[in-house]
Amino acid sequence: MANLSVNFCGVAFRNPTVLASGVLGVTASSLKNAVRCGAGGVTTKSIWVGGNQGHRNPTMFGTEHYFMNAVGLSDAGMEKAAEETFPEYLKNKPAPIIGNVVAASVGDFAAVVAKIDKCGPDMIEVNISCPNVEDQLGKPFACSSASAAEVTRIVRRRTKRPLIIKLSPNVDNIGEIAKACAAEGADGFCAVNTFGPGLGIDIDLRRPILANKVGGVSGPGMKPLALKCVYDVYKATGLPIIGTGGVMTGEDVIEMMMAGARLVGIGTMVYYRGVEGFGEIVKEMKEWCDKNGVKKIEEIIGAVKF
Amino acid sequence: MDLKKFDSRPVAVPIQKIIKENENTNTYVFKYPLGSKPGQFVMLWIPGVDEKPFSVAYDDGKEFWLTICNVGGATAELFKLKAGDKVGIRGPMGTSYEFKKGERIATVAGGYGAAPMYFVARTAVGCKVDFIVGARNKKLLLFIDRVKKLKNVKVHVATDDGSAGIKGYNTVVLDEILNKKKIDRVFACGPEVMEYAVGKVVDKHSKKKKINCAVSVEKYMKCGIGVCGQCAIDDTGELACIKGPVMDWNYLKKLPEFGQYHRDAQGKKHFFQK
Repeated sequence: MANLSVNFCGVAFRNPTVLASGVLGVTASSLKNAVRCGAGGVTTKSIWVGGNQGHRNPTMFGTEHYFMNAVGLSDAGMEKAAEETFPEYLKNKPAPIIGNVVAASVGDFAAVVAKIDKCGPDMIEVNISCPNVEDQLGKPFACSSASAAEVTRIVRRRTKRPLIIKLSPNVDNIGEIAKACAAEGADGFCAVNTFGPGLGIDIDLRRPILANKVGGVSGPGMKPLALKCVYDVYKATGLPIIGTGGVMTGEDVIEMMMAGARLVGIGTMVYYRGVEGFGEIVKEMKEWCDKNGVKKIEEIIGAVKF
Repeated sequence: MDLKKFDSRPVAVPIQKIIKENENTNTYVFKYPLGSKPGQFVMLWIPGVDEKPFSVAYDDGKEFWLTICNVGGATAELFKLKAGDKVGIRGPMGTSYEFKKGERIATVAGGYGAAPMYFVARTAVGCKVDFIVGARNKKLLLFIDRVKKLKNVKVHVATDDGSAGIKGYNTVVLDEILNKKKIDRVFACGPEVMEYAVGKVVDKHSKKKKINCAVSVEKYMKCGIGVCGQCAIDDTGELACIKGPVMDWNYLKKLPEFGQYHRDAQGKKHFFQK
């Protein structure tokens, strides 16, 4: 039986699958259920300094090829996370937890990282790349090397925990942006956030389906694009990556790891396979490893021969 | 592979007819083959406004009904629409009330819970149904006239002020019925605190012979398609939009949250006033 455990910045994961931020992560019990179903680790929803209401509905829909969402980062704020989500999750902690944070300004990023650092997450993931809050926040910080690096520099001073920067795919130089963050002390990356924003139209009503009109695109069709981003970041920095985007099966996880991912973020899969899909994916990974003589999953990280 | 099953985009459906139930409640009739079962819900999109979950009040495979109270916000906008206006429908979603032909069913409805219970009663052909409905006063009672027309159904009314039926809670009526009759299943739909009380009454009578009890749970549901996690249940972490809305009382009564608190759009807890 293959060993699926992975070490990521000194944190041990029993398998490389991680619940991606924004899916299911409203409460500690929901995060724990993802672990019970098979996830190797979990990521909180993006935590703000204060609360954020998010967008009105419809906030998401799926098709056979892709999924779109504009939830708008709804959250009850860092005090609720500190009082409820983290203590409840950390009591009988079943797997590592990544605290994901978001902010509208560099100053708020510093404040929320300082607060979440004290909550005891295994790592901190900084969301500078959400594509569906542009009306509220403007162009994401992840869209330029200078602003991505600035956020990294400021938050680096607020935590000694492994610091992950969540990158945007909606740029033409993701490798350079990753390098700029690495130079400011990023320990690793989550690549990538959703694509776009995109647009879906109800042709009967002649209206955008999402209340926010546009939204981030994820799901099966995004996988090749996400894989290329992961490969680019891996080549540019060599730092550990949580490869995220379009992963639906155990073989998709393997593919993502071959492109350079050390952990694999899984979110939209929950729509297609249910949260139980985590366990099925882990089983599919084991089967592939056994069939292909892979004893330790870490062997395949970055194994693609170009 | 059936790819279509992954398409969760809304379908635009015109409002066929609007029936005024009382001062602030309308029934919206849609000529659309939804194919829902009693207890299931749809996401109703009011274009340009919002999209909210509503349980189905009736569905015969050709048309379905939604009975909706104007509580302001999105529902106030819905009440401005007329027959012929189009809305978006996604569904049917979630679990339903399960029963077999020949069973004796007691349905307990509080307020707007009468609508899905009407769907149960009208569909439960070959079953004997005791339809217990409670409301604050006579004016707020829903579906009574329609239910009275059903041959297999006996109606029991309870109001807080005694303006119709007995004065008091519908759970008192349920208690009396379970004392007198053999009932196979109890279904509840209404405020969570009422549903919890129904479960307790069922437990009291389940000591001799087990009575199945299924309850429709109302949570803040955002996406309705099992992704966002807003309706996650403490402490199992399962989702009310997938595992529910109709859930077994034996599951619900073990939860720390059922009958105690609910969560808002940001995920903050609010305890029920008792």
